[in-house]
Amino acid sequence: MLDLGEGLAVAFKVESHNHPSAVEPFQGAATGVGGILRDIAAMGARPVALLDGLRFGEPDDHFSRAVDGVGHYGNCVGVPNVGGEIVFDEDYASNCLVNAMCVGLLPAERVVRAKATAAGALVVLYGATTGRDGIGGASVLASAELGDDDADKRPSVQVGDPFTGKRLIEVSVELVERGLVRSLQDCGAAGLASSLSEMAADYGIDVRLDRVPQREEGMEPWEVMISESQERMVAIVEPERLGEVEAVIDRWELHRAVIGEVTATGILRATWNGEEVGAIPARLLTGECPRYAVAREPRTPPSETTTTTPPARQALRELLASPALRSRAFVTRRYDQLVQSRTVRRPGLDAAVLRLRPEWRGIAVTLDGQSRLGVLDPRLAGQLAILEAARNVACAGGEPIGFTDCLNFGNPEKPEVGWELAEAIEGMALACEALGVPVVSGNVSLYNDTDGRSIPPTPVVGCVGLVPDVRRVPRGWREGDAILLARSRSPLTFAGSEAQARWGSLGGSPSLDLASEGALVRYASRVAQHASLVHDAAEGGLAVALAEAALWSAAGAELDLEDDALTLFGEVGGQVIVALPSGDVEPDPTGADVEVRRIGTVGGDALLGIPLAELACAYEGEA
Amino acid sequence: MTELRPRIAVITFPGSNDDVDARLALEQLGAEVVPVWHATTELAADLGGIVLPGGFSYGDYLRCGAIARVAPVMGAVRAFAADGGPVLGICNGFQILCEAGLLPGVLRANRQLEFLCADVTVVVESDGTPFTAALTPGEELVIPIKHGEGNWVTDPALHAELVERGQVVLRYAEDVNGSLDRVAGVANEEGNVLGLMPHPEHAVDPLLGPTGGVPLLQGLVAAAHERLAGAGVA
Ligand SMILES: [Mg+2]
Repeated sequence: MLDLGEGLAVAFKVESHNHPSAVEPFQGAATGVGGILRDIAAMGARPVALLDGLRFGEPDDHFSRAVDGVGHYGNCVGVPNVGGEIVFDEDYASNCLVNAMCVGLLPAERVVRAKATAAGALVVLYGATTGRDGIGGASVLASAELGDDDADKRPSVQVGDPFTGKRLIEVSVELVERGLVRSLQDCGAAGLASSLSEMAADYGIDVRLDRVPQREEGMEPWEVMISESQERMVAIVEPERLGEVEAVIDRWELHRAVIGEVTATGILRATWNGEEVGAIPARLLTGECPRYAVAREPRTPPSETTTTTPPARQALRELLASPALRSRAFVTRRYDQLVQSRTVRRPGLDAAVLRLRPEWRGIAVTLDGQSRLGVLDPRLAGQLAILEAARNVACAGGEPIGFTDCLNFGNPEKPEVGWELAEAIEGMALACEALGVPVVSGNVSLYNDTDGRSIPPTPVVGCVGLVPDVRRVPRGWREGDAILLARSRSPLTFAGSEAQARWGSLGGSPSLDLASEGALVRYASRVAQHASLVHDAAEGGLAVALAEAALWSAAGAELDLEDDALTLFGEVGGQVIVALPSGDVEPDPTGADVEVRRIGTVGGDALLGIPLAELACAYEGEA
Repeated sequence: MTELRPRIAVITFPGSNDDVDARLALEQLGAEVVPVWHATTELAADLGGIVLPGGFSYGDYLRCGAIARVAPVMGAVRAFAADGGPVLGICNGFQILCEAGLLPGVLRANRQLEFLCADVTVVVESDGTPFTAALTPGEELVIPIKHGEGNWVTDPALHAELVERGQVVLRYAEDVNGSLDRVAGVANEEGNVLGLMPHPEHAVDPLLGPTGGVPLLQGLVAAAHERLAGAGVA
């Protein structure tokens, strides 16, 4: 949670729902969205934006059903979906990734802790009833490799009900707004067992499991304790506020029950019809849980071989039309991007911008990951995941203020994966230090293995930036604007690039100059305050970025660039395109860390010799 | 003398999502918004208009709008409409008005069988409603849609009658969701009840996108104003 000034704070977090989505993509993705929404609501924040990171083998039916699931939940609860990333790569064919991020706003003074705070307070469960769905979901699905018998695990997938989810959010926000609860905790993975142990850590909780409203007959106490039935929340309530709390829950017609009370024993104790069925010191489940040191074994990446690209025009057309780089509108139009009337900049380029109405300030939000680079150098992938998220927010006019991360990795008991994980975290930490921006929340998804094969190390990073004035957010380059290119000192390379994936073979040792990359992010954020467009080069390099800028703005450009494959399609080294009215171009104000030079002028209806209509055709394709 | 701000009710059902957006848009256009909870059975006497907003009332279970049509507040909405008061149903609100029999036709799943969020161009077909009185037939408005079930249909005979009587008020310039005759919005015979799939409340602020919703909502505010002036409420 971060202070935005003016009495406002922002809460944001990304979480994975990979294994359930691999087994049942619609419900897996839907409940992933539901879970992250409840996490944010439990902090007392009103959710204002969703983003999702989807990585699949190809744009097939499995993928489409996950998109349906994301849209179904988000559209129904009335929270706009404003971006994220969609990656198609054979490496995710049997272990897809579904990462969901939520951003919420709350008054700065209202910070709710997920801990019980006084003995004698009541534990109130509200929302949906509890059934056998999702029993063992966390242990069966989140922490085991998938194999041929996936279908048997289907009953373990939780089922979402966004209508109840919406009412749960409304109740939770109202309870916090009116100061009626001491704390809130959502029931996520491992159900009551997990939420109660977090709340009981410093005090103790006696829970009467027989009082939990159940939707099935004959449930065992342990089933009630670990059921992952969705749309449930636990509140700690002072006895004298109980009547008011119940009235709020009843107004929204949700189930509720007082299921226990806070004690001073430090023990999480469960009873069933008065008989003790389990007891454990709560801290053993949280702060004092066993820790493991994983074995780490570095590996050497393959060395770089020559990448020979086709002639520039053909290469650009092919890249734009590829599933990897083509327009994502065929997905984002299936999400409500507009509800809540904050969306100043819709998804499609770098980062979306939401207005903090009634103020003119706003936030820029994005979610980006790395994977191919992770195969070559997981530390560098961690760095670039952070840098790219920051750069996207900066290009939309935001100053990055915080990150959230989701670490999607294989089985960490394999020493190679242990090493990847450690390296990626170290890389992210180094990049954060270079930017002076913290990571405020996160989630880890391990055991992303199918039939013994791990996914590539995939750090996914969400970033929130503060936009000083949404009326100045860059909207698109205009006829006659000067086009500048700002570059970091990090070298351009084909290692890990889209061009190498297409026309070469994966290998090489790319590198980053973090000080220079940090300066480039700050330059982009600064120049975006008076530029007509700022856009960074990412997958596909400078040529693809220029084409994206031209299509976003519906105007071509006259460019003076070397016809050199590395200049046009090289990646990794940070590059930012800036368009400004010609009169505004100042001499390079950035010092030695960033090189800025003019590369052309906006005008005409072609780019790099290709008519815009033809580029649009390649990029938009058919739905 | 300060200008009269007509009072317009925005009804919130459990699952309504665009109720806040409707309030913001109407306030921007000079109305005073009265939030009304679905369980209410009586409306204030000095209401000038009613909006049924977008969203997923009651989770759209059974069928879109099928549960909301029997919500406690709907009796008062019917009475207000029968008395000639302007009622605007947006998206889910349109679906509710159709289910309630206040508007003709039904809304089925989009032809693409997918939810669709996009700015679309709609053409004004009739100026015979208070919402479109200040517009000229043929005029084009750009307004976003965002729905999964906006594919309006009715039987051919009734459709012909509706066209004849000017009850087809808005058409999409191009087919977007499979709607019969590209119908985007229809009115009742008297013209005081209008339902439409596009979201005018999301098209009032140039900072957020197109502004084609302004004249339609201004029409509602003007009609509400007139109703109150006529009733001598000020
Ligand atoms: Mg970008």
